Amino acid sequence: MSALREIFGTTPFDGAMAQRGYALNKMCFSFNNAANRAAFRADEEAYMLAYGLNGEQAKAIRARDVLGLLTAGGNVYYLAKFAGILGLDVQDLGAAQTGMSKEAFKARLVAQNEQPETM
Amino acid sequence: MARIIGALATSHIPAIGGAIAKGLEQDPYWKPFFDGFGPARDWIGREKPDVAIVFYNDHGLNFFLDKMPTFAVGAAPEYRNDDEGWGIPTLPPFKGAPDLSWAIINHLVEREFDIVTCQEMLVDHAFTLPIKLFWPEGGGPLTVPVCINTVQFPLPSARRCVGLGRAVGEAVAAWDGDKKVVMIGSGGLSHQLDGQRAGFINKPFDLKFMQSMVDEPEWAAQYSIHELVEKTGTQGIELLNWLAARAAAPGPVHKVHSNYHIPISNTAAGMLALEAA
Repeated sequence: MSALREIFGTTPFDGAMAQRGYALNKMCFSFNNAANRAAFRADEEAYMLAYGLNGEQAKAIRARDVLGLLTAGGNVYYLAKFAGILGLDVQDLGAAQTGMSKEAFKARLVAQNEQPETM
Repeated sequence: MARIIGALATSHIPAIGGAIAKGLEQDPYWKPFFDGFGPARDWIGREKPDVAIVFYNDHGLNFFLDKMPTFAVGAAPEYRNDDEGWGIPTLPPFKGAPDLSWAIINHLVEREFDIVTCQEMLVDHAFTLPIKLFWPEGGGPLTVPVCINTVQFPLPSARRCVGLGRAVGEAVAAWDGDKKVVMIGSGGLSHQLDGQRAGFINKPFDLKFMQSMVDEPEWAAQYSIHELVEKTGTQGIELLNWLAARAAAPGPVHKVHSNYHIPISNTAAGMLALEAA
């Protein structure tokens, strides 16, 4: 298979990423359950240890580093449950990943209305 | 014999549920989104579909990476949601239509779609929000969830999703239940939540895509998954659900109503109601 053209700022969540991020995503999947969210809040380090996060993943969790979590194999659908614990919404995540303030990120979304209507 | 009356499609941003719960439909931020549903709701009120087949993608509520089906069909007497990690309100269960589910399952496997079948299945906001939006007063239809993997690549091609939808439509048309059936596609339109490209929106593509749903329903199937991610974003790829729903309501349609609004949350929000001609 020929290499696919790279898309700026985009990493398709493929088999390699799914393997790399398995422990991290499994931990975040567990946050569907309120008791698990409480257990994580009570002792983050013990909770990460129980799910076997590697050093890169644990470091990114500690730092609330969204791009770092993606690089460590995190999938945004599972990471969103971690963001929920922190009380962050997808504009917070968008701002963090693009290096913008939340207000600037939201203004940029609104500005997308100015795109042309036809291809 | 069952009759397919048309197809509905809508975006499914989680924040919509919060806006409904707080009664914010006429708030200036939300009004341009919610007002788009009026004519579709009127049409549903007139036509009164008995069953909705909901093509959607799970966001890590029912399925995890330990077992990730490409296509999964619900075959349960009822479907429940859960808080998804964000404290989303738990809703009364959605009634299933197991007889129709099995008619669809049997036909899909005969047509060489090697699906996963689910007699227990949690449904997330991608399933629940379209029902809440199109049936705001409750009294919603019986349901059959059809889940398409948009989480872990490789994703099924757009062409394959069209084929899936077409086969579902065949199964419904051949089913001997005396019911009116509507197809629902959930998700999109262009948006990307992850990476430095977060916030990506492609208005001209979305508008062309919405028009193609009316008069050229396989137009988007010309593109590979990679091309669709490039054109619509990593989550915009949820348009696969719209393609499948439209293919499940084959033949000519006329547009009851459409609406397109930028942005709701990080998303270009689309709504489409099509009546089988």
